[in-house]
Amino acid sequence: MALFDIIGPVMVGPSSSHTAGAVRLGLMSRILLKEEPVNGEIMLHGSFATTGKGHGTDRALVAGILGMEPEDMRIPDSFQIAEERGFFFTIDTANLKDCHPNSVLIHLKGKSGREVSVLGSSVGGGSIRVNKLDGVDVDFSGQNPTLIVHNEDKPGHVATITFMLSSNGINIGTMNVYRDRKGENAVMVVELDQSVPQELVHQMETIDGIHKVIYFDGMKEDGGSSHGSDLS
Amino acid sequence: MALTFREILSWCEENHKEFWEYMLYDDMHIREVSAEESMHKMDAAFQVMCDTIATYSKDRLSRSGLVGAEGSRLEDYRGLELSKLNALGIKPPMCGDYMGDAMIVALKMAESNACMRRIVAAPTAGACGVVPAVLIPYYERNMGSREEIVKALYVAGAIGQVISERASISGAKGGCQAEIGSAAAMAAGALAYLQGGDAQTICHSVALTIKGILGLVCDPVAGLVEVPCVKRNVMGAVHAISCADMAMAGIRSVIPPDEVIDAMAEVGEKMDPSLKETALGGLAATDTARKLEESLL
Repeated sequence: MALFDIIGPVMVGPSSSHTAGAVRLGLMSRILLKEEPVNGEIMLHGSFATTGKGHGTDRALVAGILGMEPEDMRIPDSFQIAEERGFFFTIDTANLKDCHPNSVLIHLKGKSGREVSVLGSSVGGGSIRVNKLDGVDVDFSGQNPTLIVHNEDKPGHVATITFMLSSNGINIGTMNVYRDRKGENAVMVVELDQSVPQELVHQMETIDGIHKVIYFDGMKEDGGSSHGSDLS
Repeated sequence: MALTFREILSWCEENHKEFWEYMLYDDMHIREVSAEESMHKMDAAFQVMCDTIATYSKDRLSRSGLVGAEGSRLEDYRGLELSKLNALGIKPPMCGDYMGDAMIVALKMAESNACMRRIVAAPTAGACGVVPAVLIPYYERNMGSREEIVKALYVAGAIGQVISERASISGAKGGCQAEIGSAAAMAAGALAYLQGGDAQTICHSVALTIKGILGLVCDPVAGLVEVPCVKRNVMGAVHAISCADMAMAGIRSVIPPDEVIDAMAEVGEKMDPSLKETALGGLAATDTARKLEESLL
């Protein structure tokens, strides 16, 4: 483990997995929604369901959805802040089969009607993995700059995206492609060594057969994520 | 990245460097930052620790209501005047001022964690009271400069790194020895450094600490980072101070530090899963714990 994972992260207690990790899962869903959320359904699974309340997992998830980071002192007051900002949510428990003991399913609706469904898990020390995005199996940590492209499952899209990245001097760390069914919706998740300029993301969005492009700079150590949080 | 204490020791010897510098160079290399940037970040982490203690309030309770206010209770006892003690028919606390302050900080920090205050996981949130417990009083009593404290945190970081690579710093994997045990070893090494100990002395303070805490199980009541975690932070701090003193006296661990960490890994692996953060055994399985658990759900 790196130095500041040993002396750190700086976080609001009490648990790196059940609190800090939960904030990050909430924040990740917000990033994936790409707009201000107004409605949320949160389903806690496993240890999140049984010990979540005592660990403040519920407040932590909502805090993350509101754009807070793991060290934000307002995490304990997130329910009240949600009310003030017009974010309405329900929290329930569920048995989400075949997933990590600390998992949560978050369904968000944004102010323009955009929706996202994220199944994620807190895998220890505040680190997270996203396991399902809008019903499609995926697997990424969100620690590095990450590009998520939803496209039609047709030849050429992977080549186009990787070419655009390489032409801009952006190196791919890991890349995975997923689909729900042959010829239907596909998702590529590309973790990168460098940041992607906003114009390039816009260019990708205009390509025929590409439905949606999500890009974020990645959550750094100490829980800080370099994307702009608009929480005032 | 250090995998053994032996590596760090030979690096120090070959390069004529101090123990803490090993970790500084490691951080500079991995995050591609300057020494100033790295030390600034470490200083900021120490400031977070100090701020949390400065803003502690005895009026806060954890969400379960199981912990809170113990730090100030101990502080009150330590602050009692002789006349008051006489009136109560009790004697003053036995630990000296530094040790007494360390115990108070350990309680306050661990309680702050349970009360959803901001902490520095060192190495984990559940054990976040141990390292600040030995460093904050050291700093506030002018026993060491701010810069020395920051360097001591690099020593602590290197120790945590070796343990995380060779054994574990997770209660779910290695029991409480991996959390409070690792934190105590980090605190002992930091103190040995601050007290003027060389790299060998630092490593032996670690070995002595882990040997004393080997096999400690992780059995949190209702699965919460509260009982017995908060008070175990005190044990970790006190144990660390005693081991640093032993190492400074020239007392050496018969079993070399790296082998002690290997033993810790083995004990962690052999430990029954019910005693590794599952709340199925130990204190968590007592009648009282079960009743508390029911009342909390």
